[in-house]
Amino acid sequence: MSNHDPSRRRALGCLSAWSGAAVLWTVTGGVPRALGATNADAPPAAAKGALTFVQISDTHIGFHRPANRDVVGSLRRAIADINALPQAPALVVHTGDVSHLSKAEEFGSAKEILQELHVDRVHTVPGEHDTIDDGVSGYLKYFDHDGKARAWYSFDQGGVHFIGLNNVLNFKAGTLAALGDDQLAWMKTDLAGVSRSTPIVVLAHIPLWTIWEPWGWGTADSAQALALLRPFGSVTVLNGHIHQVLQKVEGHVALHTAMSLAYPLPTPGQEGIGEPGPVTVPAGELGRLLGTRQLSLVRGQHELALIDRPLDR
Amino acid sequence: MSRISFAKRRPRSALVLALLAGFTIRASFAAGPPAVAIVDITKFMFGPSEITVAPGTTVRWINHDEVPHTVASRDKTKLFTSKAMDTDDQFEFSFANEGDYTYICTVHPFMTGVVHVRKP
Repeated sequence: MSNHDPSRRRALGCLSAWSGAAVLWTVTGGVPRALGATNADAPPAAAKGALTFVQISDTHIGFHRPANRDVVGSLRRAIADINALPQAPALVVHTGDVSHLSKAEEFGSAKEILQELHVDRVHTVPGEHDTIDDGVSGYLKYFDHDGKARAWYSFDQGGVHFIGLNNVLNFKAGTLAALGDDQLAWMKTDLAGVSRSTPIVVLAHIPLWTIWEPWGWGTADSAQALALLRPFGSVTVLNGHIHQVLQKVEGHVALHTAMSLAYPLPTPGQEGIGEPGPVTVPAGELGRLLGTRQLSLVRGQHELALIDRPLDR
Repeated sequence: MSRISFAKRRPRSALVLALLAGFTIRASFAAGPPAVAIVDITKFMFGPSEITVAPGTTVRWINHDEVPHTVASRDKTKLFTSKAMDTDDQFEFSFANEGDYTYICTVHPFMTGVVHVRKP
């Protein structure tokens, strides 16, 4: 990629993480569209001048159980796929659970490996596995995007307004995690300066719609966040957490969960499985359940096109 | 209340059997070892999720899942809070005073439990 700049990548790498999925997004004049291939097809070339980017998620660096004995290897396979794309993405976003146990060495290892990406920017949001011992403080030592010592932020790139959120804390006993009032207030202020025609991409680890509450697969105050986003013409919400691809579209708001780069999880409420624990699959099948996502934003459409691309196709 | 500590798995005491029999344990026999009650973490649940022990009892949580969990009390002083417990990790806390101590897993806040401490 011509704009590849290792020093900048290093500077921004603090915000990146891989988990098990990557997606390349392209944005041309307002509508995201995914590039890449769910099947064996080569990813299509993005429109000239379009912003393209990739989503990865749930790398769980530090995981070492039978469901995947080599999460670093899975991440490196995804990086190789992304680096081999015919049109290099402008950035990579990691939608949380960078680490498995919030350990400093896990964050450090993830950050170092992510620097192998041939992109200028890598952005992350925290997952609940990144905030286990001391909230976001351990995570922020490696992934503080804007130096403000908080795990939410926004930035503009290629005509798109990106918002990274932290929705893995602020919970009460027995409830879903939440964004919290402080973050919602920040989000309202942040969006006040964005025109309604600007495409918005939101990054958050846990889905911003309730997929399966008994497993914590939802955000307690997501309705308030979506109410702030609804007036905009193109909103794409990218989530991780559930280690599989699901989507929901509400008006101009499209919500997508991504594959993991570590291990699969059961389908929501899957019969006979009472908990969202790692699923160990027969040898040779894991690579078809892990992957990345490619996206693009295209003029004239309000929905991002996206393609989920397993490691093994 | 006494210290919090991590420990690898140790043999379960006979008192644990008493616990399993009734989820109630009588601690502090004059010369006996300290009472230990076990709470197993399996399939994203504390088992048992509700337990009654005598003052002076140590409760030991053991994580059997492939994912990390924590044990974190919900009182304002955060009386007991474990670090991330990986598979087979343990966490202990000794309850000196009577009371009802609710706790959750901070990784999965839908996981809840309570320790009731009552004099025999």
